Amino acid sequence: MRGFLTLLARNRLALVGLIVIGCVALLALITPLLPLANPNVIDTPNRFQPPFSAGAVLGTDHLGRDLLSRLLWGTRLSLAMGLAAAMIAATIGSAIGIIAGYYGGRTDNVIMRGVDMLMGFPYILLALAIVAALGPGLMNALIAVAAVNVPFFARNIRGITVGIAHKEFVDAARLSGMRNRDIILSEVLPNVLPVIVIAMSTTVGWMILETAGLSFLGLGSQPPQADLGSMLGEARSALITHPHTSIVPGAMILVIVMGINLLGDGVRDALDPRLKSGALSRPMPATTVDRHGPVPTARTDSLLDIVGLRTEFRVRDRVYKAVGGVDLHVEQGECLGIIGESGSGKSVTALSVMGLVASPPGVITGGAVHFDGTDLIGAPYEVLRALRGRRVAYIFQDPLATLHPLYKVGDQLIEAIQTHDPLSKEAARIRAIDLLKSVRIPNAESRIDSYPYEMSGGMRQRVGIAMALANDPDVIIADEPTTALDVTVQAQILSVLSDLRRERGLAIIFITHDFGVVGQLCDRVAVMYAGQIVEEGPTEAVLRNPHHPYTSRLIDCVPTLGGGQRKLAAIPGLPPVVDRLPVGCAFAERCDKADPTCRADAIALMPTGAGRKTRCLFPETKQERIV
Amino acid sequence: MSEALKLTDLSKSFAVGKRLFGPPKAMVHAVQPLDLTVTTGETLGIVGESGCGKSTLAKMLVGLLPPTTGQIEIEGAVLDNADPARFGKRIQYVFQDPISSLNPRKTIRQIMEVPLRRLHHMDKATRAARIREIFAAVNLREEFLDRYPHEFSGGQAQRIGIARALAAQARILILDEPVSALDVSVQAQVLNLLADLKEAFGLTYLFISHDLAVVEAVSDRIAVLYFGAIVEVGSAREIFANARHPYTALLAASAPEVGRPIVAPETAATELPDPLSPPLGCAFNERCGFATDRCRAEKPALTTDETGRAFACFNPLATTR
Amino acid sequence: MTGYILKRLVSAIPVLLGISVIVFLIMAMIPGDPATAILGSYATPENVEKLNRDLGLDQGLVPRYFIWLGHMVQGDFGRSFALNRPVLDEVLDRFGATLILAGTSFVLCSLLGVAAGVVSAARQYGWADKAITFVVLVGISIPSFFLGMMMILIFAVQLRWFPVSGMWPIYGDRTLWVLLDHLFMPALALAVVATGVIARLARSAMLEVLRQDFIRTARAKGVREGRVIWRHALRAAMVSIIPVLGIQAGFVLSGAVYIEMVFQWPGVGRMLVDAILKRDILLVQGGVVFIAACYVMFNIMVDVAQAMLDPRIKT
Repeated sequence: MRGFLTLLARNRLALVGLIVIGCVALLALITPLLPLANPNVIDTPNRFQPPFSAGAVLGTDHLGRDLLSRLLWGTRLSLAMGLAAAMIAATIGSAIGIIAGYYGGRTDNVIMRGVDMLMGFPYILLALAIVAALGPGLMNALIAVAAVNVPFFARNIRGITVGIAHKEFVDAARLSGMRNRDIILSEVLPNVLPVIVIAMSTTVGWMILETAGLSFLGLGSQPPQADLGSMLGEARSALITHPHTSIVPGAMILVIVMGINLLGDGVRDALDPRLKSGALSRPMPATTVDRHGPVPTARTDSLLDIVGLRTEFRVRDRVYKAVGGVDLHVEQGECLGIIGESGSGKSVTALSVMGLVASPPGVITGGAVHFDGTDLIGAPYEVLRALRGRRVAYIFQDPLATLHPLYKVGDQLIEAIQTHDPLSKEAARIRAIDLLKSVRIPNAESRIDSYPYEMSGGMRQRVGIAMALANDPDVIIADEPTTALDVTVQAQILSVLSDLRRERGLAIIFITHDFGVVGQLCDRVAVMYAGQIVEEGPTEAVLRNPHHPYTSRLIDCVPTLGGGQRKLAAIPGLPPVVDRLPVGCAFAERCDKADPTCRADAIALMPTGAGRKTRCLFPETKQERIV
Repeated sequence: MSEALKLTDLSKSFAVGKRLFGPPKAMVHAVQPLDLTVTTGETLGIVGESGCGKSTLAKMLVGLLPPTTGQIEIEGAVLDNADPARFGKRIQYVFQDPISSLNPRKTIRQIMEVPLRRLHHMDKATRAARIREIFAAVNLREEFLDRYPHEFSGGQAQRIGIARALAAQARILILDEPVSALDVSVQAQVLNLLADLKEAFGLTYLFISHDLAVVEAVSDRIAVLYFGAIVEVGSAREIFANARHPYTALLAASAPEVGRPIVAPETAATELPDPLSPPLGCAFNERCGFATDRCRAEKPALTTDETGRAFACFNPLATTR
Repeated sequence: MTGYILKRLVSAIPVLLGISVIVFLIMAMIPGDPATAILGSYATPENVEKLNRDLGLDQGLVPRYFIWLGHMVQGDFGRSFALNRPVLDEVLDRFGATLILAGTSFVLCSLLGVAAGVVSAARQYGWADKAITFVVLVGISIPSFFLGMMMILIFAVQLRWFPVSGMWPIYGDRTLWVLLDHLFMPALALAVVATGVIARLARSAMLEVLRQDFIRTARAKGVREGRVIWRHALRAAMVSIIPVLGIQAGFVLSGAVYIEMVFQWPGVGRMLVDAILKRDILLVQGGVVFIAACYVMFNIMVDVAQAMLDPRIKT
């Protein structure tokens, strides 16, 4: 609750809304206590008094009644009506939605068909029909507005409930012996409640408008009692001659509804967990660069040379140093593996190369990426864009999410080709078919017109590879391309990649968490831990004879096929969180060899043998491995 | 050796294209009728790729899904109506995604108390003592009890999930991909914990996973599932090293392994058959290098050979011994 | 696609029946003697008796419904006692005016709303986003009838740019230009609220889509940012925008009732409100069913548009 208020207060607009609504609500509450004229006393001689006239601060209406008094009493009525309608609609609608969503099946089907039918009316028709049947009047208008909004709540809450009812914790509650009624009340409802509150806070304003609208039409509150809508309705005939009688109630509705909407948005932002973390922001076309100090020069004449790369995520007041100074290089035709656990910074490193780290919150804060003589970090967007897909291409993890769901795979391939090559559509299509053939998609000529959802995971990933190959790039960065696939499919994809690489002399940066895959595919491997490379060297040497204790322990953790039933080695503890990295070695806490010197200062990546580097003061020796 | 779990003719079909009234448009057989026994104290691994029906099977075993045909016998008692509350005391489930299996709006203590109160009707003091005991067993600190699920890492949350399953005092645990959401360094911790718990409490495990090496490391016996049916069952030590069913062999050959060259183990069809129009004979025939006309016409039954290995294949691979 | 359209048309039949049931039941809630309610309190006993016979009002609820439905299917919506003419004739006369007003508004709010939402999302937190967000906030907070009144005050009375009200001038030619002149203010006033709602939704749908992996793929291919936004992202966002356009059409139609009152527009909305105040039950009943049926047909068009956009919807 406290956190909620803090979040709400942080949103300045919501705070304004809260203050406005607070003032209006307070005024409405104390209206009976205020020294106001009777709102319903008719004084025709004094009709249409302008504002600021004696005895009537806001003037008088067409019957000479005091406008200020009528305004406050009307506000009171309008607020009460809107709130009551919202409460009724939310309660009934949510109950219907939860029941339909939780029980599903036929119950759901029948209820939702009914709801759809109610939503088949433009809302006012239903309200008008109800008022027509019950007769004009305040209560009837209230019933009509509430009834009209029930289906909106029902449908909204049902959707959320369906999602929650299929969550694993509901199954777990069932297995713990809970019955449906208890599950609805104690598992589902608490998780749906924020959504109900959000839906309510964003619709109260709307309900006030609707009740005011019915009154405006003369179907709501009946004279002499007046809410803001009927005040406006009565003033309409004098709009041109005495506009103030219209402007006063109209402006009040505007102020109230605007205040409620501001507050409602604030409530939504504070309650929605996704918005809470500030996540709902759009990634920019290229990662923001905020680089200080001198730009490191290329150390080698490699094709791609990453020097001292630092990328961090700035979320609110926290800074997550995802990549903390990475040096890597890839040669023409070489396959470099980057291996690490989740959060080690391997993917962020890869995405930083072409400025594809989502930003906000990602920021590249240091280092350089030298590609063919150009530093890509801080390069103008147009330079970066021209290289993307043309010289450096990516293959991503989940092929269903990474292909556009609404375009045919062929069109996506053709787009990739035409982006960098002004070919005719026909020529591009022929090339696209060739590409599909090169990744061994059977019946490429017909498959090119398939949508991604019509393909299996393996086929989709082949399309992903074909797309990366579209412009004959020099480097392909593959970010866990087989992680989402089944083993048999993974083997096929790896074989495709491996063959293409040899045929075309491609350089590949292959990111994975699987030693087996690295061992089969890569020439060199870099092991990452907590945003840094802890070990680098020729794959076979590193895997057979790891120098860093982390690499060594990690290899021991992974069971390999053919070992039979056994106890596995485990690394105690958890990887550090990258917003609170220790001063010295990040692995020291989990390492059995660590001593105070490990924790004292940052440790450099030092050469340890032919083509090998290790970030450790006490590298493993051969003897230790054998023991 | 008593039977912890005995499945007879168990199957599950789902209706596709349900209508408000009348029969559905088609049926998908997620799990084909199968018989399986798990001995008390054993760990049976179940391996298969996505879509093979392993999760559907698991959900039936704990009563979350009613079976279409067949019966489930747990420790001698037949449970024929899907009622998780009745199953719960005998068999429990550990979920794949540890975080989403914990209600985000409840504290760990509230979550842990439910099975104790609902299934065992314990009073407050007994519950507190029992929770303390279980938390000690899974190496979790008691101060965690008053925290909310989002404060935990995947590995810790999975321990909590295991603790909840233990609280029900079931002697059989269905472990549905319990470590596949975890990082390798944490995965080993959880697997070792499971091994310790099994010994300490005399548990029986059904370990479901897509990771052959993990299954092999923890299981006594392994059943290989393909397209909703068991294609091979054998001892963990033997089954991959010495596969009889071509699919098992394909799986074993596909697992990436350091130092082994990449080979694409398939040539012809590379995809699973369409569940809406399943092939006539063996479901694997389109991907199989040994398929004959018989395979395309007739479904092979699961048969056990003299060594105790069971496989469903007309042309099994030769034993290497 | 033809199959899908046919399927949707067939599935509209139960919806239409349901709507007729709902309207019938609501009207059955009218307290007192239905014939008197329909004919007004000055009806002659003969007329009351005749109506009772025609509508089967002396029978139970179910037979009454089917008699009513039977009449309606044959195009007989009953007779308005206040106007003394067939309900259907009156509704059809008025419907054209509403269609012109609501249709223009709908096109206006769809185009403006989607464009504003896309620009707002593409320039998130930039000045354009802030300006649009503010205008949208005012738009969704202002009652359309109040907005209409203020527009009359400013643009018609003060500035004399547009006529105060009505669809046609009392004297003079009925040309397209004259119609547009009369249409501009009411259509705009009516469009404002829906524009706000659509713009908000389009903005959040776009933000959602822009975070998806396939947008990163498009960028990784080197696709120009304009194309990423207007083709890749907008196309995907339209999947969640289009159903809302359908719902907003209902809101535009609803808002038309207020706007027709404010601008003296001779549409069905004003007719309905007058009918309610005069307790002209059959006119209300007939008008509601007719408009609801049109709205159902419109929503089928929305579904078809959705299916054309999203191949994943089974055809």
